[in-house]
Amino acid sequence: MSQEILDGLAVIVNEVAGVPVADIQPDKSFIDDLDIDSLSMVEVVMAAEDKWGVKIPDSEVKNLRTVGDAVAYIEKSTA
Amino acid sequence: MRIAVTGLGATSPLGGDVASNWSALIEGRSGIKTLTDPWVDEMTVHFAGVLAEEPPLDRVEARKLDRSQQVALVAAREAWADAGSPEVDPLRMGTVIGSGIGGFLTLLNAYDTLKERGPSRISPHTVPMLMPSGPAAAVGHEFHAAAGVHAPVSACASGAEAIGVAARMIVDGRADVVLAGGTETPIHQLTMAGFAAMRALSTRNDDPQGASRPYDVGRDGFVMGEGAGVLVLESEEHAKARGARIYAYVVGAGMTADAHHIAQPDPEGKGARRAILAALEQADASPDDVAHINAHATSTPQGDVAEAVAIRSAMGNAQPLVTGTKSMTGHMLGAAGAIEGIYTVLALHHRLVPATLNLHEQDPEVDIDVVRGAPRELPAGDLLALNNSFGFGGHDVAIAFRTA
Repeated sequence: MSQEILDGLAVIVNEVAGVPVADIQPDKSFIDDLDIDSLSMVEVVMAAEDKWGVKIPDSEVKNLRTVGDAVAYIEKSTA
Repeated sequence: MRIAVTGLGATSPLGGDVASNWSALIEGRSGIKTLTDPWVDEMTVHFAGVLAEEPPLDRVEARKLDRSQQVALVAAREAWADAGSPEVDPLRMGTVIGSGIGGFLTLLNAYDTLKERGPSRISPHTVPMLMPSGPAAAVGHEFHAAAGVHAPVSACASGAEAIGVAARMIVDGRADVVLAGGTETPIHQLTMAGFAAMRALSTRNDDPQGASRPYDVGRDGFVMGEGAGVLVLESEEHAKARGARIYAYVVGAGMTADAHHIAQPDPEGKGARRAILAALEQADASPDDVAHINAHATSTPQGDVAEAVAIRSAMGNAQPLVTGTKSMTGHMLGAAGAIEGIYTVLALHHRLVPATLNLHEQDPEVDIDVVRGAPRELPAGDLLALNNSFGFGGHDVAIAFRTA
C-alpha cells in the first residue's frame, strides 16, 4: 500500500472532518470509525480527485468502506 | 402574552458578546469602519459595520457553515449559556432564527466555482449553507430543537418577527423554550451595490462614524452592518420552575404590513401604527404605559419621519424615551430586530436608555422625545418598552417587553 497516498488522504480527511491525522489508518471505516457523513465523503472524494487527477465515480464510492479501500482504489487508478 | 426572556446572546459591530454591546451603547461608541476590501474604491459607499470579533469557531466547523450561520451559532451559544444551559426535552424545544437575505455569500462563491471549475466541483454543503432556513436549522440541530424550527423572512423585520413567532410557539403550547433571533452577514460588493442603487445607503465617506444619524436633519441613508442576536424565550412556568433569572417578559408581538410600496414606507406610518397598537393590545396595556421605544430608525430621510409619525399617532400624548441604536451599530438588516430586542430588554433590565449617536439637530418633522447626548434613566416600577422593526416590502413588527 502506498504510504504517500495514505498520508495524502489523511491530510484531506483531516481538512474536511477534523479527524486527527494519526487516527486515519487503513483499517478505519469512514462512516463507523471516522464519523464521516455522506456529504463529507463527497468532499473527500472531490479533494482526492483533484489531488491525484483521478475520477472516482459514485458507483465506486459506495465500495470505499475503509481508508485502505480508498488508498487501493487511488493507487490502482494512478498506476 | 407573558413569555420570559432568560438568556441573551449577540455579536455585532459593537462587540462579540452582550456585555461589550451594552457598554458600547452606554458609552456612545460607533462600530462603523471604512472597508478595506479591494472592491471598495469603485463604490459610492466605502464603509459599514463589520463584526467587532470574528466568529470564534474552529476551522472544520466553519467550513460547513455560511457566515450568517456562524454568527447565529455564536449568539445562540452565548444566549444558551447565559440562560444556564437548561436541560430541556427536545420535543418541547424550538428555534426561530430569521434572516433578510440568508446565505448569499455561499451562493456567490458556489457560482464562481461553477463558472471556473464546473458543476462537479460544487461543494455538497452548498445547499444547506445557502438556504434561508440554514441558520435556524444549524442552531436547531445543535440545541436539539424538535418542537419546530422556523425561519421568518421579512427583510429588516425578520429578527423581530422571529421573536414574535417564537413567543407564539410558547403561547400556542408547542414549546416550553425557544431560541429566537436574527442573523445577517450582508457586507459584499453586490449587496452594497444593490442598496446603493436604491439610494438607501449613506455616502458620508469622509465621516463613517458620523454617517448613521437617525432623526438628524443631515441624515442621508442607512449604514450596512452585520451581526446576530439570539434570545432564550421560555414559558413563565418553565422559567420559574427551574429558578431561571428573568430579564424581562415578551408581552406582545404586533405584526402587520403596509401594502403601500415595495420599498418606500407608508408616509403616514399606518402599518407601523397598527403593529404598535396590536402589541399593546396583546400586552393589555395603553400608550401611557410605554416608557421606552427602541425605534427602527435606520437614518433614511423618509423612513425616520414615517416611523416618528407612526409613534406619535400611536402614543397620543405619551412621551416614551425613544432611541435609535443603529446610530452605533449600523443596520444589521434581518438581525437588527433581534439585537435591538436584546437592547430593549437590557434597557428595561438596567433601567437605562442609550443615547442616539450623531443626533445634532433633530428633524422638525420628528415630534418624539429622542434620547441624545447621554443615556437617560427609566423610572422604578412596572414598565413597558417597545422594539420597532420594519422592512422593505412593507413589513411592520413591534415587540412589547415588560420589566420582570
